[in-house]
Amino acid sequence: MGTITLAQVTKSFGDVEVIPPLDLEINDGEFVVFVGPSGCGKSTLLRLIAGLEDVTSGLIRIDGTDATALPPARRSLAMVFQSYALYPHMSVRKNIGFPLKMAGMNAAEADKRINAAAKVLNLTDYLDRRPGQLSGGQRQRVAIGRAIVREPSAFLFDEPLSNLDAALRVNMRLEISELHQTLKTTMVYVTHDQVEAMTMADKIVVLHAGVIEQVGSPLELYNKPRNKFVAGFIGSPKMNFLQGAPAAEHNAHSIGIRPEHLTLSVDDGAWPGTVGVAEHLGSDTFLHVDSGAHGILNIRTSGEVDLHHGDKVFLTPDPARLHRFDASGLTL
Amino acid sequence: MARAISTRRKATFTLVAWAIGIAIFFPILWTFLTSFKTEAEAIASPPSFLGFAWTTENYSVVMERSNYSRHFWNSVVISVGSTVIGLLIAIPAAWSMAFVPGRRTKDVLLWMLSTKMLPPVGVLIPIYLIFRDTGLLDTRTGLVIVLTLINLPIIVWMLYTYFKEIPGEILEAARMDGASLYNEIIYVLTPMAVPGIASTLLLNVILAWNEAFWTLNLTAAKAAPLTAFIASYSSPEGLFYAKLSAASTMAIAPIIVLGWFSQKQLVRGLTFGAVK
Repeated sequence: MGTITLAQVTKSFGDVEVIPPLDLEINDGEFVVFVGPSGCGKSTLLRLIAGLEDVTSGLIRIDGTDATALPPARRSLAMVFQSYALYPHMSVRKNIGFPLKMAGMNAAEADKRINAAAKVLNLTDYLDRRPGQLSGGQRQRVAIGRAIVREPSAFLFDEPLSNLDAALRVNMRLEISELHQTLKTTMVYVTHDQVEAMTMADKIVVLHAGVIEQVGSPLELYNKPRNKFVAGFIGSPKMNFLQGAPAAEHNAHSIGIRPEHLTLSVDDGAWPGTVGVAEHLGSDTFLHVDSGAHGILNIRTSGEVDLHHGDKVFLTPDPARLHRFDASGLTL
Repeated sequence: MARAISTRRKATFTLVAWAIGIAIFFPILWTFLTSFKTEAEAIASPPSFLGFAWTTENYSVVMERSNYSRHFWNSVVISVGSTVIGLLIAIPAAWSMAFVPGRRTKDVLLWMLSTKMLPPVGVLIPIYLIFRDTGLLDTRTGLVIVLTLINLPIIVWMLYTYFKEIPGEILEAARMDGASLYNEIIYVLTPMAVPGIASTLLLNVILAWNEAFWTLNLTAAKAAPLTAFIASYSSPEGLFYAKLSAASTMAIAPIIVLGWFSQKQLVRGLTFGAVK
C-alpha cells in the first residue's frame, strides 16, 4: 500500500507562508511528479511528506493513518536526495544495508536483499567500493538501492537527476521508470524539468508559489491547461501567447498556440513574419519568427526545412488547438 | 591553476621558512642543551653550544628534590579530564548549532568566543574567592572545572566548524533510513567527524597541559601540575638555569612527543574547512 493524503496542509517559515492551505491525494502505485519553477515549494512539499519539515497546520495521512506528527523513520517512506547523501565512510554494501540494519533485520536476510537490489541496479561489482570511488550515475543508483531494500510504501525523489549530465539523465530517467513498472510502488518525484515530468509521470502536480495550479496526466496538462501558467510551463518549446486583435478575434483576452500547432508556409497564411533564428536539429526545425505586431513566435516543424535568417514566411494557427484565456489568465 | 614559481623564489621561501622554524624551535633546543650543563656552564658567557661537559646531574637533582610523577599525574588528570568533559558538553552544543541553527546561533558563537578576549586576571579574584569558599583551591577537580570552562569556546568552535562541513542531507538520509537520534550520532555523524573530534581533543589536551595562569594561581602543593613544577625552579635571582631547564624539558617532553606523533591530525584540524 502507498496512499498519501494531504489535507489543508500549510507551511510557514517565520512570517513567510511558503505553502498556503493545500489538498492532494496520491493513490497507491502512482508515479506523481511535482513540477514547478525554482522556489515554488515543491521540495518543501516533499520534505513535509517525508517528515523532514514539520507542517504548520493540516494533516498528512499515509496509508490511512495520521502521520502528521510521526518522525521520518516511522513513515515507511524512502527518499532519494539530489546530492545522493550516501554515507561516505561505508562501502556500497553497507550503504544499501543501512536501513535494514536500523530495522534490526538479521544478516542473512539483509544480505539477500542487498544482493537482489544490487543486481537490479547493476551494482554487484561495486558492492565493496566506497561512494567516493563511484561515478555520479553509480552513486545515484546506490541511493536508489538504499531506498528499495526497505520495501517502503512510497519512494520520494528530490530532483535526483539534476546533478547528472544530460546523456546520463536520459538513461536514469528510463531506469527509474522501469523500476516503477517493476515495483509498482507509489513514487513521488520532484523536478523543475518539465520534460522529466512529462515522460515519467502518471500524474503531474504543477506548483507555482506554493499553490497547486493543476493536477492531471501529462497529456491532460498539455491539451487542457487550466490557466496560462500551466500552458506556458508544460511543453517545449514554450507556448506562444498573443494579445490584442488576434485574441479579440476569438473573444479572449489572450490566446495561446503551441509551436507545433502552427503551420508554416512561404506563400500564404494568417500571420506574416520574418525568420530570426533557425535551429536545425535534423529531426525538427525550430524557427523564431518576428511577426511584427504579434511579437516573436516560436514554431516547430518536423524534419529539415530550408529556411534561414531573413526569409519571409507565413504562420497559420490550427484553430482546433488554440487556447483561450481571460484577463486573469484562466482558460476559457 | 597556480602560477609557475621559479626555482630561485622557491629556494628563498624555503630558506625563510627554515629560518622561522629554527627561530621558533631554538628556545626549546637551548633549554634542552642547558639541561645537560652544569650551573656554571649554564650562565657562562659566551655560552658554549655543544662543546661542554655533558652531565645528567640536573635531572637526578630535580628528581630527588621534587615529586615529578605526582606533578605529571596531576597534569594528565587535569588536561585529559578537562578535555573529555569539554567534549561531552561541546559535541551536543556544536551539533545543535551546526544542524539546527536558530536565529541567534551566530550571536551565541561570537559571544562564546568573546569570552576568550577577557584577560583571565580580570576574573582571578572572584574565582579565587569562590574556590576558597567551596574548598576547590588546590584540588584537581577545581582545575578540571576551570580549564574546561576556559577552553570550552575553542572546543565548541572547532567542532562546529567540523560539523558544518558535513552535509545535512546525509543526516536526513539517516533519519529517513530509520535511524534514531542515537543511531544517527553513533553510525553516521561520529564516524564522519572522527578526524575533527580527534584533532580537537589533541589541541585541547595541549592547551590544558601548557596552561600556566590558572594552574599556578589556584594550586599550592597537592594538585600542582607540571607548570607549577617548572615554576618551583625559577628563582628571582636567575640562578639554577640548568635545573630549571631540566625541569622544563621533563615537563614539555610528553606533550612534544604527543604533538610530534599527531602533527598530521593537528594541522588538518586547524586548517580544516579553510581550503576546499
